[in-house]
Amino acid sequence: MTQALFQEKLQVLNIGLSSFVDSITRTGGSVLQIEWAPPAEGQPEVGRTLAQLVNLLSVETANQTAFDAYQSAQPVLSGVGIAGKALPNMGERMILHGGPPIHWKNMCGPMKGAIIGAILYEGWAENLAEAEAMASSGDVAFEPCHHHNAVGPMAGIISPSMPVWMVTNTTDGNQAFCNFNEGLGKALRFGANGPDVITRLKWMGQILAPALQAGVEVLGGVDLKPMMAQALHMGDEVHNRNAAASALFLKRLISALLKTRTPSADVAAAVDFIAGNDHFFLNLSMAACKAMLDAAHGVPGSSMVTAMARNGVEFGIRVSGTGNTWFTAPAPIVHGLFFPGYTTADAAPDLGDSAITETAGVGGFAMAASPAIVKFVGGTPQDAIDNTNTMTHITVGRNNAFTLPALNFAGSPAGIDIRKVVDTGIQPIINTGIAHREAGIGQIGAGITRAPLACFTQAVSALAHSIDDGQ
Amino acid sequence: MARATKIIRNFYRDSVSLMQLSSTIAKLPGVEQASAVMASINNISLLQEAGLLTEPVEASANDLLIALQGEADALEAALAAAESALKQPSASSTGNDKSRGISPRSIEMGLANLVGANLALISTPGEYAASEAFKALRLGLNVMLFSDNVELKDEIALKRFAQDRDLIVMGPDCGTAIINGIPLAFANVVRRGTIGVVGASGTGLQQVTCLIDRWGGGISQAIGTGGHDLHRDVGGISMLQGLKALAADPSTSVIVLISKPPSPEVAGKVLEAARGAGKAVVVNFLGADPDRVRRENIYPAVTLEDASAVAVALAGGRTPEARKTSVPSSSITPRASGQRYVRGLYSGGTFCYEASLLLKKELGQINSNTPVEPGDRLSDVWTSQKHTVIDLGDDLFTRGRPHPMIDHRLRNERLIKEAGDPEAAVILLDVVLGYGSHPDPAAELVPAIQKARDLAAKAGRHLAIVGFVCGTAADPQNLSRQETALREVGVTLAESNAQAVRMAASVVLEAGIGGRL
Repeated sequence: MTQALFQEKLQVLNIGLSSFVDSITRTGGSVLQIEWAPPAEGQPEVGRTLAQLVNLLSVETANQTAFDAYQSAQPVLSGVGIAGKALPNMGERMILHGGPPIHWKNMCGPMKGAIIGAILYEGWAENLAEAEAMASSGDVAFEPCHHHNAVGPMAGIISPSMPVWMVTNTTDGNQAFCNFNEGLGKALRFGANGPDVITRLKWMGQILAPALQAGVEVLGGVDLKPMMAQALHMGDEVHNRNAAASALFLKRLISALLKTRTPSADVAAAVDFIAGNDHFFLNLSMAACKAMLDAAHGVPGSSMVTAMARNGVEFGIRVSGTGNTWFTAPAPIVHGLFFPGYTTADAAPDLGDSAITETAGVGGFAMAASPAIVKFVGGTPQDAIDNTNTMTHITVGRNNAFTLPALNFAGSPAGIDIRKVVDTGIQPIINTGIAHREAGIGQIGAGITRAPLACFTQAVSALAHSIDDGQ
Repeated sequence: MARATKIIRNFYRDSVSLMQLSSTIAKLPGVEQASAVMASINNISLLQEAGLLTEPVEASANDLLIALQGEADALEAALAAAESALKQPSASSTGNDKSRGISPRSIEMGLANLVGANLALISTPGEYAASEAFKALRLGLNVMLFSDNVELKDEIALKRFAQDRDLIVMGPDCGTAIINGIPLAFANVVRRGTIGVVGASGTGLQQVTCLIDRWGGGISQAIGTGGHDLHRDVGGISMLQGLKALAADPSTSVIVLISKPPSPEVAGKVLEAARGAGKAVVVNFLGADPDRVRRENIYPAVTLEDASAVAVALAGGRTPEARKTSVPSSSITPRASGQRYVRGLYSGGTFCYEASLLLKKELGQINSNTPVEPGDRLSDVWTSQKHTVIDLGDDLFTRGRPHPMIDHRLRNERLIKEAGDPEAAVILLDVVLGYGSHPDPAAELVPAIQKARDLAAKAGRHLAIVGFVCGTAADPQNLSRQETALREVGVTLAESNAQAVRMAASVVLEAGIGGRL
């Protein structure tokens, strides 16, 4: 009560005119200046909506439910499947892509190139021209990976006969899927679709996938969360740096592969392929993150983000309490370092489903674990720690399974809260690769980008609406 | 003459900081006009009105806009200077160990850093203020809402929400409070004591707390409610909460309530609560009939000065006596015929209103921009008519400009203008000290006062200047230093507004030319 205030030491949060701090400090009071700026991108109406959601019991409770589901999820690599059979609601003439929904005519260069490559891979067309005509004719359905419990890096292309990782959350039973990583250079996910790319995809489908399926079977599944946690202690953030995780995975796999009936030449080729790609684990990391976050999705009233994804044109998010709606804004340009000969002018806007890792509290959010990664933005290890610490201000909690040595083994900040993003203006940080804007050239750099605020302001309005309707 | 603009995207600074920056940049060589604002629609239209902006700009409320006018070759350097001043680390971010992370951006983040916080002091632009106040209340903080332009429906919602949670909302438009001895916003450094004050007016609170300090009393708490609290629809929620808290506070022996007259039902509720307070309650409902206020333990006070004197007497265990006002006759020097009118140039709204009330009784019609009688409204606020008192803190004068307690330029200009009016006999001034006000108001006023007197003298007139300083010895500006400087240029100083007003009236009455003409 007011009278209780008279018995306490006055401690003031000052929001607005900074000159008011003086009188309080000089007369012995405690005061903290808030570095305030108009929230919700300066839209007073959204700001009002937000204010009514702050510390609202129903939202806090829903977030705890969602966060607990995310935290208790146990993603286990349960096998390798074929997309057309494994993915729910996968059509025969359907191609999945990264990010929120987008029409063919609006897609970016790398995504179009990758789709043409997938049509050739499927054998639906004989050549590039035919494949392009087919893609623009409407004969092929394009849908986001996320609509099929799946994720894919960069263009994120999954066509029916492609092999996919199958990851099961053994706590809740939900499954998540991701395609295989092809390695760096000319790859389908960057829009390359030449004969070498298609040949490699065929090899991955015909030789690598059965070998891996056999190996995983021998292992009886692979717990991914402990592997990710261990990699975080070895300098990975399991988004843009997967060197340690890929090695850990291969270490488990080799003896299993040798116990299968896979011809030794194929085992050797598979081992060489995995050993030659420091990003091999990325697609497993993504599937694990997707499995953990899907467990948290669909809690009415929850303001926790369950997906962030980009299609090269738009950045989109989904929120636990707002169903399957995407909240989108133009995809940002990535700031980073470029391989020799390339500049920002060559870069495609932010692309791919790999921001599922940040959504799950790793990647940029676990940057403190991965000082090497800040080299991409010319930063220092201290910047990496600062970035992780900053993210604690916009998250529901910390994932105690993902501890960070540099932060005295504190858990990684996880469970982005749209309310906190909109209130503070702190945008979720994302570590990512940069694709060339034209199809087929491949990765031209890597760096850091931030999720656009507009996605979160829209989501706040929608969440408030859903809560009003629910009452 | 050329113009230049610069937009700094997503870069926020508060309006006072930006006004300070604007005035610094305007002083640079070759710059005629300068304005740095957050690029809200309202601010952009202000710049357009001022002629600083002729082209449309693409900017939002989160972008900082600098607009300059002056010599073409000077503008680039001025823009650069402005930008580099802005990029300096904010001096306000005291106590934040940078290595521990970023400074707090929201109330919720602030609470994580200052875990025991119990009050949010909110002075954001009005359109965002209610939202910030709601967040603070939802997080369990009491609120002092300095911001104005908060809608009445928001005020009602905030106060009811707070009341249900045993929290208080001081404001909106609450300029002054002293909680646990800590002055907040525009407040003075007063001795601690046993008198608790609840006031709907910021300058009213400042006057009463300063006079209590001057006359040997002390303040337990001074609670602001904002000017609309006693509106019928708000129902005096904050005043009733404040009264209840002070009644229960063992450190408070006497309670003072200050407001313009509330609506009858609200007045009834407040007086009923006061009657049940179990303590002496001094009530100053400016302009109300004392007999309607008087109860067994309720002491009506006609002026802020009376309220202070009665409270000091009661707190000291004495019976309150009526105060005598002595007019130092030495100040009344002969004036030219035709010098007939009082011209009050106020920075404090409540002082202006009190002056209107008191002068009306003695002199009849008092013209004002904030008149007691609607019919006495000045048609042109920039030009005085007969007896005139103006509140220079009114929105009409402060649009795009700092408050006259911070920036004395507008009042000084008006003072010179009055000095040139052969009908002006006496100038009435308030000088408000304390935190938030100008660091040395006398230094700003003295040259203008000298100039005004010289101007009148050259025309064969003597211009009387009467005023008072609202402040304390412990204020950063120091009461006696300010008073000495003003006396040295011939200002006749009273202790309070009421005394100053009576002196001013006597100047024109003694000359036999005032009265009810």
